[in-house]
Amino acid sequence: MTGKPINNRAWLFVLPVLAFVLFSSIIPVMTVVNYSIQDTMGANNFFWNGDGWFRDLLNPSTAIGARFDDALFRTLAFSLVCLMIEVPLGIAIALCIPRRGWLVGLTLVVMALPMLIPWNVVGTIWQIFTRADIGLFGAALTGLGLHYNVTQDPISAWITIVVIDVWHWTPLVILLSYAGLRAIPDAFYQAAQIDGASRWAIFFNIELPKLQKVLVIAVLLRFMQTFMIYTEPFVVTGGGPGSATTFLSIDLVKIALGQVDLGNAAAMSLVYYLITLTVCWIFFTIMTQLERRRDA
Amino acid sequence: MRQGVLPKIILAAYLVLLMLPIYWLINLSLRTNSDIMSGMALWPHNPTLEKYVHIFKDPTWVHAFGVSLTYVAINTIISVTVALPAAYAFNRYAFIGDKHLFFWLLTNLMAPTAVFAMPFFNLYYAVGLFDTVWGVALAHCLFNIPLAVWILEGFVGGVPREIDETAAIDGYSFPRFFVRIFLPLIANGIGVTAFFCFMFSWVEQLLATTLTATNALPFAAVMTRAYSVSGMDWSLLAAAGVLTMVPGAVVIWFVRNHIAKGFALGRV
Repeated sequence: MTGKPINNRAWLFVLPVLAFVLFSSIIPVMTVVNYSIQDTMGANNFFWNGDGWFRDLLNPSTAIGARFDDALFRTLAFSLVCLMIEVPLGIAIALCIPRRGWLVGLTLVVMALPMLIPWNVVGTIWQIFTRADIGLFGAALTGLGLHYNVTQDPISAWITIVVIDVWHWTPLVILLSYAGLRAIPDAFYQAAQIDGASRWAIFFNIELPKLQKVLVIAVLLRFMQTFMIYTEPFVVTGGGPGSATTFLSIDLVKIALGQVDLGNAAAMSLVYYLITLTVCWIFFTIMTQLERRRDA
Repeated sequence: MRQGVLPKIILAAYLVLLMLPIYWLINLSLRTNSDIMSGMALWPHNPTLEKYVHIFKDPTWVHAFGVSLTYVAINTIISVTVALPAAYAFNRYAFIGDKHLFFWLLTNLMAPTAVFAMPFFNLYYAVGLFDTVWGVALAHCLFNIPLAVWILEGFVGGVPREIDETAAIDGYSFPRFFVRIFLPLIANGIGVTAFFCFMFSWVEQLLATTLTATNALPFAAVMTRAYSVSGMDWSLLAAAGVLTMVPGAVVIWFVRNHIAKGFALGRV
């Protein structure tokens, strides 16, 4: 970041990007802001409601407040569980991929495949796969005598959504970690061998520190995506059974489109968005700090 | 350092598990509905392409497939073209508000689409872009342009600044330098960026279905046809699902060698 010439005409280069992104971001965000501070009696008559919606939302003793807290807790728990499985698994699998050879290309292609499937099709695949009558996964679990029913048993539903996410997105962590591992020069490994370092010592002293930067990116991306998850649970469980898998996005759409409760939905959207932004800002700061330390 | 047999076994087992749901989908797509409902079969005993033929003969499915590919292509071209100069500016110059602007761009990657689906509908309806491929392509720019800027900035940083200076001394005008010298140098990066724009536009369905009705309905949305009152057409659903994987598989095969390099820069 040091020694860059100051040139405000660089703004001209950025203007097209600004125009395109602003078009799709400012007006929708302002629409939501608008709804969040107004109330309506129907017939498109809106009046000022100040911070009323927000006060309800952040007060756990109101119905909407309790509902929001539940959905938020559920979503955070989901993000946490997914991160705790996907990050270690991703690193472990990345360590298993050979550094070179003809198999590498094929392995990477196969791994990227789940990420290239439209999200509602991912839902469909698992909807079929987990059915006890026609799906392999569902039939296998039922055949083992386990109580497994996605549409009626909350625990089955939760396990299924987590398994889907792990299936769908661990490859991203693998690919990122693998790229990070490949960037480690062979000399590091040779030096470790001369020192007689154990496999664990190599992992903790060479590989893990070198992976730091890509792992921050991986955690950031995975947190964002799991925290915003919508399509897969919508297709597979529809947020149920009951509200067991009603994550924030799903709850929001239910409130906004199902109950046409625009004020509550808008206030909830903004608080939700602000939480995401805060977490991402923290990660972004860590990321730039790491980059600066590397440059120095 | 990875010479043992165990890593190979773990890797092979992981790949098999990863492919299992996809294999199952292909299996069902090659069987008739009565065959599917009559019992489990680990592979199709009487494979039939009936549903694929059905899809290829139905103009609605074919049209929708074309629509999906069209808006993805438009979006990829816009995103990469617009992001290139911006990535250059962010990497090479300091200007007022540069860091804030960069973070603001990234925040657009974080906006939950479910939250903004309805305002999006209102906006695109008002400007007459509802139910057009251009509307969907433009909407996907919201997250693809920031992503493209982010990835490309990493690649621009990989080109030494001396090259810019040498070209200027050699008498190249800036546009000529940018197109003739600079772009070929980051060709890898452009390929990787285009791949990710393709990927995220292809997999995103919430905005794509919210912003379309009949003319520009994406392929994956036409799949709801398989859910009908007379029961589920599992075989048709599976065949359509398999077809949605084909473009992605083709694209990734072509860029497989660039992807590893792209990831190596720690972007995406």
